Amino acid sequence: MDEPKELEKFDDKIEQEIRIEPKDWMPDDYRKMLIRQISQHAHSEIVGMLPEANWITRAPSLRRKATLLAKVQDEAGHGLYLYCAAETLNISREEMVDQLLSSRAKYSSIFNYPTLSWADMGTIGWLVDGAAIMNQVPLCRASYGPYARAMTRICKEESFHQRQGYEILLTLCRGSKEQKAMAQDSLNRWWWPSLMMFGPNDDASPHTAQSMKWKIKRFSNDELRQKFVDVCKEQADILGITIPDPNLKWNEERGHYDFGEINWDEFWNVIKGNGPCNKERLQARIEAHENGAWVREAALAHAEKKKVLVNY
Amino acid sequence: MNNEPLWEVFIRSKQGLDHKHVGSLHAADAQTAIENARDVYTRRMEGVSIWVVESKYIHATNPDESESLFDPANDKVYRHPTFYDLPDELKYM
Ligand SMILES: [Fe+2]
Ligand SMILES: [Fe+2]
Repeated sequence: MDEPKELEKFDDKIEQEIRIEPKDWMPDDYRKMLIRQISQHAHSEIVGMLPEANWITRAPSLRRKATLLAKVQDEAGHGLYLYCAAETLNISREEMVDQLLSSRAKYSSIFNYPTLSWADMGTIGWLVDGAAIMNQVPLCRASYGPYARAMTRICKEESFHQRQGYEILLTLCRGSKEQKAMAQDSLNRWWWPSLMMFGPNDDASPHTAQSMKWKIKRFSNDELRQKFVDVCKEQADILGITIPDPNLKWNEERGHYDFGEINWDEFWNVIKGNGPCNKERLQARIEAHENGAWVREAALAHAEKKKVLVNY
Repeated sequence: MNNEPLWEVFIRSKQGLDHKHVGSLHAADAQTAIENARDVYTRRMEGVSIWVVESKYIHATNPDESESLFDPANDKVYRHPTFYDLPDELKYM
């Protein structure tokens, strides 16, 4: 079939909510957009393990430690589901890992902030996983089949992540004055970076319109951010801590909370590699990759050796 | 960096059901692929049995041919029980 006809068929499938599968014809830009989004997403899951891994050995109880380990292990799984989904678009795992380690690929800016106290494990679960869920639930209906299926699997696992985080904060907030102060301090540091997770404002987000037309994204960055603010306000009230935004207030007319302006200079600065932990995170990934090289080599050599034995 | 081949993973979620494709992963050999599949795809009792098949051994239909392959069944409604006109009083059929 010639290209205009293929394109018509493709548009028609998108229109009718028929999923696109790996071997189907698709426009080059659709493929590129998906590769960029899915691989960035995969990198975020992988790098996202680092801030929390920082606290595994110092979790305050065995229950918290087991939970945190399970959560971090889930994030590794999420990265793997997503890398596999991206590979169906004809990009190799090596290429993606290489893009991450050579700083050519981005990952979520949130993971470039440090985890300074145990309360941060609570706040990350509540806000960071919470924002991720807000973003990811609509992606379960993304037009590309393998991506949608990976997202469905991920979303099923995420809800425990958010609940365990909230429970950590709840415990601190019902504890001593110092513990509650620790929770408040953590919220103060993570609130704005969490709002930045939804990406630039709609008018500064060049890919959004096309992505929505192709039904990869279903809601714009600002729509999702608003939803997030609305639910978080009430959740913060239950904890009894205060969201650090003097402009946060209910707007009867809009039926939403108004909130203050995000510091976009900070956002772009972190994206460009100058956040508090960018270098440390990347270095940790590079070291993990290099230190694992001998394991990969040994596994391959072992597999080769066994093949030879079978053939004789 | 690595040339670990790609494997497709199939999981039987419980006794009595078919193995179903759940995704893929890289591993040096079948044994490692199964071990990795256990960690990646069955962390919450999603399975009681795992199959792995190296992806290169999977042969698939081509979407371009799906019309000629799958459309002919469309006009054979007589393969379905509802095609046949029978009296309402007829029971157990
Ligand atoms: Fe995740
Ligand atoms: Fe998570």
